[in-house]
Amino acid sequence: MSAILEIRHLSKAFGTNKVLKDIDFTVRSGDVTSIIGASGSGKSTLLRCINFLETPTSGEILFHGEDITGKNVNASAYRAKVGMVFQSFNLFNNMNVLGNCVIGQTKVLKKSPEEARENALKYLDKVGMAPYINAKPRQLSGGQKQRVAIARALAMEPEVLLFDEPTSSLDPELVGEVLDVMKTLASEGMTMIVVTHEMDFARDISSHVVFMEDGVICEEGSPADIFGNPKNARTKEFLARFMSR
Amino acid sequence: MILPERASDCETVKFINEVIRILEIYGTSYLRGAGYTLVFALLGTIAGCLIGFAVGIVQTIPTSERDPKIKRYIVGFVKTILRAYVEVFRGTPMIVQAVFIYYGGRYLGVTMDVYTASFFVVSINTGAYMAETVRGGILSIDPGQTEGCMAIGMTHFQTMLYVIFPQTLRNIIPQIGNNFIINIKDTSVLSIISFPDLFYVHKSVAGNMYTYFESATVVMAIYLTMTLISAKLLRLWESKLDGPDTFDLATTDTLAHTSGLYRFTHKRRGWTNERHT
Repeated sequence: MSAILEIRHLSKAFGTNKVLKDIDFTVRSGDVTSIIGASGSGKSTLLRCINFLETPTSGEILFHGEDITGKNVNASAYRAKVGMVFQSFNLFNNMNVLGNCVIGQTKVLKKSPEEARENALKYLDKVGMAPYINAKPRQLSGGQKQRVAIARALAMEPEVLLFDEPTSSLDPELVGEVLDVMKTLASEGMTMIVVTHEMDFARDISSHVVFMEDGVICEEGSPADIFGNPKNARTKEFLARFMSR
Repeated sequence: MILPERASDCETVKFINEVIRILEIYGTSYLRGAGYTLVFALLGTIAGCLIGFAVGIVQTIPTSERDPKIKRYIVGFVKTILRAYVEVFRGTPMIVQAVFIYYGGRYLGVTMDVYTASFFVVSINTGAYMAETVRGGILSIDPGQTEGCMAIGMTHFQTMLYVIFPQTLRNIIPQIGNNFIINIKDTSVLSIISFPDLFYVHKSVAGNMYTYFESATVVMAIYLTMTLISAKLLRLWESKLDGPDTFDLATTDTLAHTSGLYRFTHKRRGWTNERHT
């Protein structure tokens, strides 16, 4: 299968603080890549660089073989093809659930309102939020908000979907409903990159696991390799800490 | 007529009679003055808000190192000019600005009538304050909202127009209301260039009849009535923008409402759902 995203020698520094150091990895169509690691290891920054919410200091990001870090690249057009789900949901507070899922389609993809509405309902139905189209974000629970956020990203019909710790700000009992939606997407062949602390998700659902520490990729491979037979000492230590819980 | 028992009662009756007398003679003048005050306060606030929004939005345009140099220079230059505008008009009294612009305009070959000059002064003054309010309002919106917009490919302009701006507007309505109420009162300084507002009427009436206290009482009452009604209307506008606290659940198939509607009422302690058919 062809590579959708190739990250080449990506580095990011905030001032003198080097958060990402020479990151290399490839995402193929249909891959579900989990990025795991301790807090502060640069996982989220990597994801934000991929979506250009942070400008990389150096390195290349190839999208279908085309470098999108160049100065003349239209970042908005690229972002429309790469969806993102945030830890803090970031639903538009001034719109109801339907409005959240429609606005990008009508304003960015220039779809007709009817088509956008139909499409939005399709994806809201998929995440089980169709009955709530009239609700405002403030009237929803965390899990419901995150499901709407996923539907909003899906409604743009992106080629890759990025998840930045999608369950980290949810109550334990709400985590399941969001993970279920993500499992369904994975089984349907959606290409996803997931920054997560949910080790069960990383082990059972993803096709590829990346372990990061201190801004570098320590180890990557299939879930079976990483969880069953980690080679790097740091990976072992991290997983031992997590699995003992 | 009631016979006064004490001297102070006598004064009170005299005062009331005097108030009634000036109202009978100058009632319509007061109303016309109040009309000018209200209309110019309103127009000035609207125009000032538009100026404030424009300036505030420009002030918050982000520039990154990825942008071409020329764009960064132009944006920087425009921001400096606008900054100067805000500081000059916030930092000088409106009464002086009125004189400066009304009489100064003639030296520059711009002759304005009193109404144009008044409208101009009120708008540009409100604009300077609103610019800071809008800038603060935009900065107070969670950056996550902007990131949410960027993540679905919206441009800076679309982000502002559809997401940041409506939320900013809601948050700064109290401040818009403040400015409107301030303008109702502060248009009185325009009487210095003979703008025929409520205060100007008061000066004329008091001068003609030597009824300073009586006329001031009437004018106080009219100002207070205008500001109280405005405050009430602004509150109503606020709650209208907030929308209802409840929402109706839609069935997935919008054509078939077989399950009826559930109404969710947001209560302090959580959710209650009561069925209604």
